[in-house]
Amino acid sequence: MAKLSKSPWIMHYDGSSCNGCDIEVLACLTPVYDVERFGIINTGNPKHADILLITGGINTQNKPVVEQIYSQMPNPKVVVAVGICACNGGVFKECYNILGGADQVIPVDVYVPGCAARPESIIDGVVKALDILEKKQAEMENKASSEE
Amino acid sequence: MGAVISVVLYILLAPIVGGLLAGLDRKITARMQGRIGPSILQPFYDVRKLFAKETLSIGKFQYLTIISFLIFVIFTGACFFAGLDILLVFFVLTTAAMFFVLAAGLPNSPFSRMGAMRELVQMLAYEPMVLLVAVGLYKATGTFVIKDIISSDVSAIVYLPGMFIGFLYILTIKFRKSPFDLSTSHHAHQELVKGITTELSGKTFAILEITHWYENVMLLGVVALFILNSSVWSIPVAIVVCLLAYFLEILIDNTCARVKWDFMLKSAWIVTIIFGTVNLLILQYLF
Repeated sequence: MAKLSKSPWIMHYDGSSCNGCDIEVLACLTPVYDVERFGIINTGNPKHADILLITGGINTQNKPVVEQIYSQMPNPKVVVAVGICACNGGVFKECYNILGGADQVIPVDVYVPGCAARPESIIDGVVKALDILEKKQAEMENKASSEE
Repeated sequence: MGAVISVVLYILLAPIVGGLLAGLDRKITARMQGRIGPSILQPFYDVRKLFAKETLSIGKFQYLTIISFLIFVIFTGACFFAGLDILLVFFVLTTAAMFFVLAAGLPNSPFSRMGAMRELVQMLAYEPMVLLVAVGLYKATGTFVIKDIISSDVSAIVYLPGMFIGFLYILTIKFRKSPFDLSTSHHAHQELVKGITTELSGKTFAILEITHWYENVMLLGVVALFILNSSVWSIPVAIVVCLLAYFLEILIDNTCARVKWDFMLKSAWIVTIIFGTVNLLILQYLF
């Protein structure tokens, strides 16, 4: 049964983004796109979150922050990299302090390309992430029952 | 016998009613902001999800305190709907709230602790009015026993209009609605991460949500206490007044920005003195 996909709570983290993707992420919450009608909440707390949205590339300063946020989220959890910078570093890829995309430090499940990613494609990416979330939850339950 | 039935009904129906009210809250809030909003059943989906998630517990004591909070709130509501002494109800409710503060204050987390501190300030702000309501109900009806209060001939609100306004004011603090959502906010934008609920996750957070549903139903019951009298017709009127009070809280939530704690404390006490105490003095000396 779909336990998680009806109430996905999102944690949004801005890496070293130009704020373009962040504005588009927040645009998803506005009356035009209104993602709350799917039960999606933008929470500021990793311990309440199911989906981690990362915008912008990973640099040496925010690497421990991203790892920390990811480790504080309870299982099952998925990561969505929003925008080309979060996917592979984008235009900042060659910068001396940029390590690359979010997948350099944590496992990424869905990549949403674009510069900036459009709200439609962000919502699309989150919907794809929901399927993965359900799969992870089923795996978690199977693992728990086999351990018993 | 009637008392037993109403207690059983409260224990079974309060989470359903409370959850639906929370869903209605989110729907109306969304419509006020020009959005479609989630399904009215959304709070139930949320709680079901939280039960399916991993619980990151900060020590065993956290689980114990949250369970205690739930049990004490249910006990409070059971006493209330059984028609027992209103003073007992209010005192046990305070004990329940203390367990919530303990659950948040124990983990070594600055956000959670700040939330717990603010929750204590919120209690400091609303407690005088809550106690005055009990005294006012005694003055108006001559008894502290809820069963006798609701079987008096005249509704308590006739004698206690000031108390009613004062109680509506502190109800905003009790519901943790903006402008008084200091300890934790229903909305994403808070400077304290999630304040008092920051360290709760999975099952413990789900239990907390259910506890709030029980608590909200009981608090709306106190609103109904002002309206109910010996006539059967007072029951639908009380339900309508409860729903109007709840709508008023949603409206206030959506139109007010969060205030600082000192404003909350001062304004709550000023409202208590003006509406509560003056109402009490008038009852004492003019009737």
